[in-house]
Amino acid sequence: MSVEAAPDTGLRQATSALRRGGRIRDYGIVVALVAIVIALSLSTNTFLTTGNMINLLDQCADIGLLAAGATICILSGVFDLTASASLALAAIVGVDVTRVAGIPLGFVAAVAAGAGIGFVTGTVVARSGVNSFIATLATSIVYRGLAVVVTGGAIIYPLTRQASDFAVLTWPSLFHLTSATVVFIVADAIIAVIVATTTFGRRIYAVGGNAEAARLSGIRTGQIRVAVYVVSGICSALAGLILASRAGSANSSMATGEELTAIAAAVIGGTSILGGEGAIWRGVVGALLLTLISNGFNLLGWNTTYLQVVTGCLILFAVAVDRALRQQRE
Amino acid sequence: MIQTGTRAPAISVRGVGKSYSGVTVLRDIDLDIEPGEVHGLVGENGAGKSTLLKILGGAVRADAGSVSFDGERVTIANPRDAIAHGVSLISQEGALVPAMSVLENVFLAHWSHRSGFRRGRPDLARFHELLGLTGFKIDPRARVASLPMGTQQQVEILRSLARGARVLALDEPTAVLTNVEKENLLDLITRLAGAGTTVILVSHFLEEVLAVAGRISVLRDGALVTTGDAAEQSPNTLVRHMVGREIDVLFPDPAPVPESAPVRLSARGLRRGIVADLDLTVRAGEILGLAGLVGSGRTETLRLLFGADRAQRGTVEVDGVTLTHLTPRRGMAAGIALVPESRKEEGLVMVRSLRENVALASLGDRRLGPLIRRSSERSAVDEAMASVDVRAARKEAAIRTLSGGNQQKALFAKWLMRSPQVLLIDEPTRGVDVGAKSQIHHLITKLAADGMAVICVSSEIEELLALSHRVIVLRHGRAVGDFPRGTPSEVVIAAAFGDEGATA
Repeated sequence: MSVEAAPDTGLRQATSALRRGGRIRDYGIVVALVAIVIALSLSTNTFLTTGNMINLLDQCADIGLLAAGATICILSGVFDLTASASLALAAIVGVDVTRVAGIPLGFVAAVAAGAGIGFVTGTVVARSGVNSFIATLATSIVYRGLAVVVTGGAIIYPLTRQASDFAVLTWPSLFHLTSATVVFIVADAIIAVIVATTTFGRRIYAVGGNAEAARLSGIRTGQIRVAVYVVSGICSALAGLILASRAGSANSSMATGEELTAIAAAVIGGTSILGGEGAIWRGVVGALLLTLISNGFNLLGWNTTYLQVVTGCLILFAVAVDRALRQQRE
Repeated sequence: MIQTGTRAPAISVRGVGKSYSGVTVLRDIDLDIEPGEVHGLVGENGAGKSTLLKILGGAVRADAGSVSFDGERVTIANPRDAIAHGVSLISQEGALVPAMSVLENVFLAHWSHRSGFRRGRPDLARFHELLGLTGFKIDPRARVASLPMGTQQQVEILRSLARGARVLALDEPTAVLTNVEKENLLDLITRLAGAGTTVILVSHFLEEVLAVAGRISVLRDGALVTTGDAAEQSPNTLVRHMVGREIDVLFPDPAPVPESAPVRLSARGLRRGIVADLDLTVRAGEILGLAGLVGSGRTETLRLLFGADRAQRGTVEVDGVTLTHLTPRRGMAAGIALVPESRKEEGLVMVRSLRENVALASLGDRRLGPLIRRSSERSAVDEAMASVDVRAARKEAAIRTLSGGNQQKALFAKWLMRSPQVLLIDEPTRGVDVGAKSQIHHLITKLAADGMAVICVSSEIEELLALSHRVIVLRHGRAVGDFPRGTPSEVVIAAAFGDEGATA
């Protein structure tokens, strides 16, 4: 036997061909998304309908917002496990203020609360020096607890006369899309532009790629991290408003576990879990992919009990392929 | 099995090659190593020495070629295969479990056990046997994390022996050792080889290799240049093989500092950690060298001057203005720049592109409100890279894919974009090939000639003496000598070691 590596050569040639062919590797996830869209379009006649598209994007709105928040945090080298707890707390603030001061002020208060919560989380992470995974795990428990304290564990509703207007985010809006979809697309687009074109965005990548090199280049790494948590908090609050508007209520156990779905969406999209590499649009594509799979299950009439198994396998597959391609590149 | 007739080589490598993303790091290596031989492997950084060792140790798979042990062709797919064939690789990074005891590490995964329950006594007996063999003195119960580097390395050697290694591959084993430890190790290598163990020794220290190796192979750019008896080689002949041509060892002469040149930076009574009450000044156009042993406080001094660490006491002045609560931001605002010691840890964001890295320290200079002005960034970066002669085809590829020399020049470009008044450079040419080295030397003297104040730290004493107008020697964080240009290197080294007559 020898150390000849014959079995690898085929793969190596294939990947080097890919590299020459315009870095398809970087857009593999888009290819996957398009493939699923094509497959569903061909195998069902309900998928490619205006109604289903509107429905699909509406379903994607909350997770799409959370995914953008998760992605901006991961890019800067931190995790935000408070996302769903912040979502619940901000939504509760939104409903409570709505009861007192009306719907517009209620929505504004929710977003402000999300930003404030993000500021607190970010400050805790930046100042304590505790690993962000642990620090945000702990603060998320505190936020859930506060949500229970504020609501007394009950479901809270806007006043009866406000109920129909409170559902504003479920209403049709531009191009027949729901208002929730418009909020999701506009907010994510703004964040994507900030990350891709501003000095702030450039600093996020630097801090995530190498915090010490960034610090020695004159970047205030703590401030950058607080700022990304504020952005993530705002995303959580917007997602919370969408869920509350849809349900007509808020409660302390809203969206439990969604922070992990958001991180999964970010990673499926191809953002490096190690920080410094990735993009907001990738998180959005990841969220779309997850939504598409569950949509496809419904349309194909597959038993949705298998949905989680498929989703979990997809996450593993995406990350494993990403890792393999990265190693090829090294 | 011992064959009749001529013995087969302990290791026989045929046509082995390896490349990463199209870059060939080893090509067509043929090499035979006899049993009981100490075989030296030398070459410049990036010549492929470590890769070859890693292939033998199973840490890396070869793309081509074959390896035989004792005349038998083998597949080494992973470290486990290598261990099974009696090959033990002791790498630069170390492969111990820090939280475990010495004993547990020595018998890692090979503990003596009964039905899965570990039995300590046979292991301990074997451990003492190995101590007797090697002459090491190590407490078997000590936690590995608490041991100095030299002792940790001894633990790795013990482990190799405990596994019955017949081939010991050592990658730069003496780099982390003190002189006494170094001599003990070389002595041990000779004894082990005498007892039949085959040793492959990779080292930058040619004297060391010449002292213990029976035969020496030289690698250059991934190819085997020569293999032969150590007795026929000298440091000079080895260097010639390694570099492939006569090296241009001529350093550029720094331009004289004008009498009227003002003091750019001065520090008074700096103190933190090892650095104790340090005073120094550097004038515009002057290159000040900081010499000293590893751990003498050179790097720490530069970090204090830049604000990377905060001084407990003392002041830093630039152009007569005292900088209070110095941070990297404040240091940069006062016109100080630091090219740090480690590109990977402190200098560059390895996953980002060359362009983003070069632009990083001066983002604020090219913006429109919060937005980056792309086109002006592109032209500014191109200009800065041209000024330091970075030749990189792919400006948008991650900077980790560039050579060490180009990375180092990019780091210079990044700071030169800020047009600093004071440039602090820690190890300007570490891990850089010979050509880029000479370019960096010329760059530093040119920057000084244009009026920049430069403070340079280098472990290469010849480099430091040739570049500097003046050299300050540090010992235990104190300045123990201030030597003018032209001081012989022996005098400076003596001061660094603390010999007679050098104390200030």
